Amino acid sequence: MSTLSLRDLSVAFDGTPVLNGVDLDVEPGDLRFLIGPNGAGKTTLVDAVTGLAPATGRARFGAHDLLGKSVHRIARLGIGRTFQTATVFEELTVAQNLDIAAGARRSVGTLLRRRTRLPESVSEALETTGLADVAERKAGELAHGQKQWLEIGMLLVQDVQLMLLDEPVAGMSHDERQATGELLRRIGAERTLVVIEHDMDFVRSFARSVTVLHAGQVLSEGTVEQVQADPQVQEVYLGRTTTASQEA
Amino acid sequence: MNISPRLRAPAGFAVAAALLFLAAPLVLSDFRLGLLAKYLCWAIVALGIGLAWGRGGMLTLGQGLFFGLGGYAMAMHLKLADAGDGKLPDFMTLYGSGTELPWWWEPFRSPVFALAMVLVVPMAVAAVIGLAVFRRRVRGAYFAILSQALCAAFAIWLVGQQTSTGGTNGLTDIQGFFGYDLGDPKNQRMVYFIIAAVLLALMIGVRQLYVSRYGELLVAVRDSEERVRFLGYDPALVKLGAYVLAAGMAGIAGALFVPAVGIMSPALIGVVPSIEFLIGAAIGGRASLPGVVLGAVAVAWARSSLSEQFPSGWTYVQGLIFIVAVAFLPGGLASLKKYVVRRPASVETPAQPARKPAAEEVPA
Repeated sequence: MSTLSLRDLSVAFDGTPVLNGVDLDVEPGDLRFLIGPNGAGKTTLVDAVTGLAPATGRARFGAHDLLGKSVHRIARLGIGRTFQTATVFEELTVAQNLDIAAGARRSVGTLLRRRTRLPESVSEALETTGLADVAERKAGELAHGQKQWLEIGMLLVQDVQLMLLDEPVAGMSHDERQATGELLRRIGAERTLVVIEHDMDFVRSFARSVTVLHAGQVLSEGTVEQVQADPQVQEVYLGRTTTASQEA
Repeated sequence: MNISPRLRAPAGFAVAAALLFLAAPLVLSDFRLGLLAKYLCWAIVALGIGLAWGRGGMLTLGQGLFFGLGGYAMAMHLKLADAGDGKLPDFMTLYGSGTELPWWWEPFRSPVFALAMVLVVPMAVAAVIGLAVFRRRVRGAYFAILSQALCAAFAIWLVGQQTSTGGTNGLTDIQGFFGYDLGDPKNQRMVYFIIAAVLLALMIGVRQLYVSRYGELLVAVRDSEERVRFLGYDPALVKLGAYVLAAGMAGIAGALFVPAVGIMSPALIGVVPSIEFLIGAAIGGRASLPGVVLGAVAVAWARSSLSEQFPSGWTYVQGLIFIVAVAFLPGGLASLKKYVVRRPASVETPAQPARKPAAEEVPA
């Protein structure tokens, strides 16, 4: 399994720096939460790693250099992501969504044939994400939380080693959050997960480690307790209180 | 409607075959059958538009380019065959200063070469355009305008080459079709049957594409290109496939149009015909296979029968229908079926039925 390793990663939009020399290492099996105030550069960091935003510095996943590679080539290295607003193929069924996610390496001959039965990875993902009951329903008809789970399921069948999730529990009910957190724990054992999140309760419950971004730089890193105890974090991010939950 | 879903498509094709091969030749006069042959050619173009636009989201407003490339390839061969060995087509002796055939006409004496070019030229041109355009992520209106511009440029170029392409007149007065005299009504019927058979075969092929994994992937690219890219696919290649196939179908349609009508000219392939190719698909339902075919035939039929009676009014009617279809029925007439079929389907999922329409109609 591979380590995500960023060195001096910088991104600028029209000359305005958004990420400014970020150093970050995420080990295999980690469940890393990326927190920080709005505009800290969390999503931009994910964009840079997945090839969406042009960046300078160095970004490696295992032996592969990521910067300069096109989005679909980075995806084929085993790096997958979700978006703040769940992006699923609404006109297709849940099973079709997953089947497409499983198929980036399919040959032309396979593509031209009809799908006769679900690949095993798709059935497994349906079970893991708890979507087996709605497999034949159109993705557009799913509830908000289910769409997020479908996106995670798509990453599972894609067999990514590094998952970058952008606010996966935003807008979810308490129960859905709990279920999502447990899902992340389950699938995180064999993968590396980086999760952008605002909800500090969620972070406290499920984070294995936390990185705080502020103004395009890493402000602090460690366990939830270490980060919360960091006076710098309290000053710029938590607004001089120690109860992190006020920041959401 | 108690036909099981598995049998619905074969049943539909059987009905289509019966209509095309039995009913139409029995009911229609030779003249009307000839018109239908022409409409079916447009339906073949629409089939490709359904694939590229309906399923792939590429607004192909310039299919006249490919229709013309296929059509001219066929017409060039037929003109040379009409002229006979070593002789020049009539228009060249009339307008041409020289007595020599342009070098790029010469290979079209071979029927095999000409038939191959009917497919190869449009698909190769589409591949070049598609690679350049989709790699640069040109989409939507920009893609449509580009398609129109290329199509207009081709028509203008043809007009300018009076001595080698027949200019504005085009290639006219085509007499024979691989040894058969097109003046004979029997042979005209044969041409009709060829066109109907090709249409049916292509419909079966396109349906196979729609139900294949590629068909699903194409819809996914249409609805969310970025997402597909993050799954490890190159959406440019996915779109390219559909675009090239659509161009091939337009090329075949153009080639079949020549023996059916006896002419190929810039006026048949320019900007206006290219838009008209699309209208049928839009009204019938661009993502639906029977929708595009029936839409194309119906609009073509309405055009010729209504324009016989109201020569100046038809253009407005056509424009109006197009606007109404796009504004109020984006899925075309085929989407009306959904409201009929929906009801029994909702019985299976009692928790869901009211939700989706409500969410769509009421803005949050």
